[in-house]
Amino acid sequence: MAWEMVVGLEVHAQLRTRTKIFCGCPTAFGAEPNSQVCPVCMGLPGALPVLNRKVVDYALKVALATNCRVAPVSRFARKNYFYPDLPKGYQISQYELPILEHGWIEVADDAGSPKRIGITRIHLEEDAGKLLHPEVPGADYSLVDLNRACVPLVEIVSEPDIRSPGEASRYVKKLREILVYLGVCDGNMNEGSLRVDANISVRPAGTEAFGTRAEIKNLNSFKFLEQALRYEYERQVDLLETGGEVVQETRLFDSHRGVTVGMRSKEEAHDYRYFPDPDLLPVVIEPGWIDAVRDSLPELPDAKRARFREAYGLSAQDADLLCSSRDLADYFERVAERHGDPKAAANWVMGPVLRQLNRDEAPPLADAPVPPGRLADLLALVRDGTLSNNAAKEVFDEMWATGRPPADLVAEKGLEQITDTSALEAQVDAVLAASPDEVAAYRAGKKKLMGFFVGQVMRATRGKANPQAVNQLLRSKLEGG
Amino acid sequence: MAITPEEVRRVANLARIAFTDQELEPFAAQLSAILDYVRQLDDLDLGGVEPTAHVHDAVNAFREDEVRPSPGQDAMLANAPDREDGCFRVQKVIET
Amino acid sequence: MIPDLLDRTARQLRELLDRGEVTSEELVRAYLDRIAAVDPGVNAFITVAGDLALEMARTADARIRRGEAAPLTGIPLGLKDLLVTRGLRTTCGSRMLAEFVPPYDGTVVARLRDAGAVLLGKLNMDEFAMGSSNETSAFGPVRNPWDPDRVPGGSSGGSAAAVAAREVVAALGSDTGGSIRQPAALCGVVGLKPTYGRVSRYGLVAFASSLDQIGPLTRDVADAALLLTAISGKDPLDATSLDRPVPDYAARLRADPRGLRVGVPREYFVDGLDPEVEAAVRGAIGLLEDNGAEVVEVSLPHTEYAVATYYLIAPAEASSNLARYDGVKYGLRVAGRDLADTYRKTRAQGFGAEVKRRIMLGTYALSAGYYDAYYLRAQRVRTLIARDFRAAFERVDVLACPATPTPAFRLGEKAGDPLQMYLNDIFTIPANLAGLPAVSVPCGLTSGGLPIGLQFMAAPFGEQTLLDAAHAYERVRGEPVAYPDPASTA
Repeated sequence: MAWEMVVGLEVHAQLRTRTKIFCGCPTAFGAEPNSQVCPVCMGLPGALPVLNRKVVDYALKVALATNCRVAPVSRFARKNYFYPDLPKGYQISQYELPILEHGWIEVADDAGSPKRIGITRIHLEEDAGKLLHPEVPGADYSLVDLNRACVPLVEIVSEPDIRSPGEASRYVKKLREILVYLGVCDGNMNEGSLRVDANISVRPAGTEAFGTRAEIKNLNSFKFLEQALRYEYERQVDLLETGGEVVQETRLFDSHRGVTVGMRSKEEAHDYRYFPDPDLLPVVIEPGWIDAVRDSLPELPDAKRARFREAYGLSAQDADLLCSSRDLADYFERVAERHGDPKAAANWVMGPVLRQLNRDEAPPLADAPVPPGRLADLLALVRDGTLSNNAAKEVFDEMWATGRPPADLVAEKGLEQITDTSALEAQVDAVLAASPDEVAAYRAGKKKLMGFFVGQVMRATRGKANPQAVNQLLRSKLEGG
Repeated sequence: MAITPEEVRRVANLARIAFTDQELEPFAAQLSAILDYVRQLDDLDLGGVEPTAHVHDAVNAFREDEVRPSPGQDAMLANAPDREDGCFRVQKVIET
Repeated sequence: MIPDLLDRTARQLRELLDRGEVTSEELVRAYLDRIAAVDPGVNAFITVAGDLALEMARTADARIRRGEAAPLTGIPLGLKDLLVTRGLRTTCGSRMLAEFVPPYDGTVVARLRDAGAVLLGKLNMDEFAMGSSNETSAFGPVRNPWDPDRVPGGSSGGSAAAVAAREVVAALGSDTGGSIRQPAALCGVVGLKPTYGRVSRYGLVAFASSLDQIGPLTRDVADAALLLTAISGKDPLDATSLDRPVPDYAARLRADPRGLRVGVPREYFVDGLDPEVEAAVRGAIGLLEDNGAEVVEVSLPHTEYAVATYYLIAPAEASSNLARYDGVKYGLRVAGRDLADTYRKTRAQGFGAEVKRRIMLGTYALSAGYYDAYYLRAQRVRTLIARDFRAAFERVDVLACPATPTPAFRLGEKAGDPLQMYLNDIFTIPANLAGLPAVSVPCGLTSGGLPIGLQFMAAPFGEQTLLDAAHAYERVRGEPVAYPDPASTA
């Protein structure tokens, strides 16, 4: 029998506010344990939460970017359960009145056609703290750090519209890209800024009814997400084909073994006893607020990609690459604008610039030692023939390392291109004289050797020779003579 | 409506409170009496009556996204029953 | 020493302090002596902060000498021990928090400190404010200063008893279902519960968040007005505090009952109401009428459902509010064989029977399958109760009724029967459910010499009208109710 995978995802994204969702503690990652806590986020007796307005602003941005309906009235609820990383014994979340509902985003299906993935709801909540398990031999205790407690999260719950691991991964990538573009999430999966839980079931292909699903928790990379779904699909299909039954349960992905493992089922089923949080007032969003956020919304990745293809004549692949981050796209546009040749700008940004950015320890693009204007200046030197393309790359790396302008470096290193024929003629003659066999072969018809001669001349001039001039000279000497 | 000791046990587990078997019976009886009393609300026809979660109709209380000084790590850990390396120390948490 | 110094109200003391006839330090010493003399019998204090009080008094005296005194500068007050005080143990009357020293001040406490008020210490209470007799305190019961065999009421029993026994000039308590007004009535002092949202709850250890309010317990209505002005107002740290102007209630007090429309809710005069209480309350209302108030009977038809509604909503919220006491971050920890066992043991031993009962009741009412039948249903009835009041306040300015069905009962009398205890709050609970301001004023003594409380209620944010009515009654009542003299061990 042919089986079909049915997947819905819950994506938790940390919002990049300065302070926590219900108190004034900073949200910065990596601080000393329990140094960013106060009576509110530590759940001290008597302390009360007050909602950070910025969190609502961010939610509205997300709404507009994911085609969600903004609830005119939403409300916070308490989700009650005991866990040492949960300082109040309840998590403030949203339950029956989430702030956003009924959205969708578009991703490519496995055949490459566009497909809408529905978003059931997006709600706001506070994060829990962090448990540390000391790896001291014999340590039979855990440590609780509450710095992360009360950091704002959005939970984005998709419809069960996803049909393959690839689709799941593309959906999360797309969401991540949107959130990062909006500036509401740093998208850093290593630091837990984006976490994914997957609900997966299988059913005979072509049928409608859903099978029993398992929830796989904490898939913190795209690779793990795909591996876990693939494994869980096989596991469920095997079960069903051998007369077994899928149990509705929570499973963990063991990334070392590449398998999902059922979590020890609790004595009691979860009973979170949700009820409206009496400490927080309902959130009422007037249309004017949404309009104001809409005006501040950046161009979103899909729109930007389309515009790049249209306005700059870029291929789909190049537009995708350049739009992979808002900073990169902005950088490219500024180079292209100043330089006037978008193709050249695109090649340089996708080549040398990205190569530098992909190194370890690379600064964020906003702090790049080569700002877009400088790169445009460098490209101008290539266009007017002052620099060869290869020399320009050398200059670029130097600019990146030193932060100096291109003109200074070109002058200092004597990298101006040699286009003067008389200055090149001696070098050409010397190369030909040193390679009698190749000259003979060329003249006998092995025209491919032209590349060899050009290379030799370039090497002799340390790359400064103008390749066109060298070509011309060689041709006249080899063929004309 | 009688609430059984079994049900008390279920609720005690949710509430994370230990009860001895001797405590359970009288507790179940007391809870039953109270629940019987509150059952008088069933007499009311509540069709179309909205629930009141907040007694006033105020909405939208926000704070700005500004850092507020914390009492500091030492002060915040001062009441901890057990601590180590700036953290609260507890018996080993087994992820279930 | 000035005669009857301990009998003076805060306003009288203000004049004496400002004229230099007494210093705050002298006042504090007099009160510390009084506490030492009578509190072993009354047990109103959990913590007496003598050194802190003297230090605050000296600071207040310097401020008074500079001519910068605020209305409460130098006045010795007591705080119910669920108002969070930085550096001063805050127990909530519970074993759970017996050693808890908060690293911060609640908003009301900070306001009192800024005003230069002096904190004599922290007052006894029913554990986590759950109780109507002060018998659930882990620090022993408070005894009624009028009769040591009787309860002072609760949960702010320590606050009411301390004011009545002249161990403090005034005190702050909290009122979730009558916890200020009921003990005020049973101890013969004035107890005011403000409108929900009038006073910040930041730093008030939560019992039932949608019902809790902080309020004053005082010798007279004008002092209650004075304290209310000092603690009221929008607080950015409490989302449920409302942004309404804070008048100088005491300065604007009117003593003339003429033109005041007083509603008498018929559902508050029912079987179970003690005849002496009924007679005193009807007499008080008659006195107002004789002096020009317009008295009409009104109906609040859903009153009989208030106790049931309250005993679903309050425990439900409490079950969640008290989940934070898990022995991880602060408070008691009782080690068990593993973490889950530690949680259970900590909460079993840290909480007393009444607190556990309410946590269990609330947990049950919120649990799967019961939420709609219990919690949600109670919230709907709450709507009906609030509607009753709205309709009544279209016709009258204030409602007048008994604060409690009986005078102070004996220690142990109702301790074995939770439901009987709960029914003691029958007249105070509705104001909490509707978020209304309400006050209890002494209106005489029973033949056995026990105080009786007259309760007024007003529309939301109608504190001025409420205090005017209570103040007017106080004036027509004439001579102040006598102070009790609890057996002094001195």
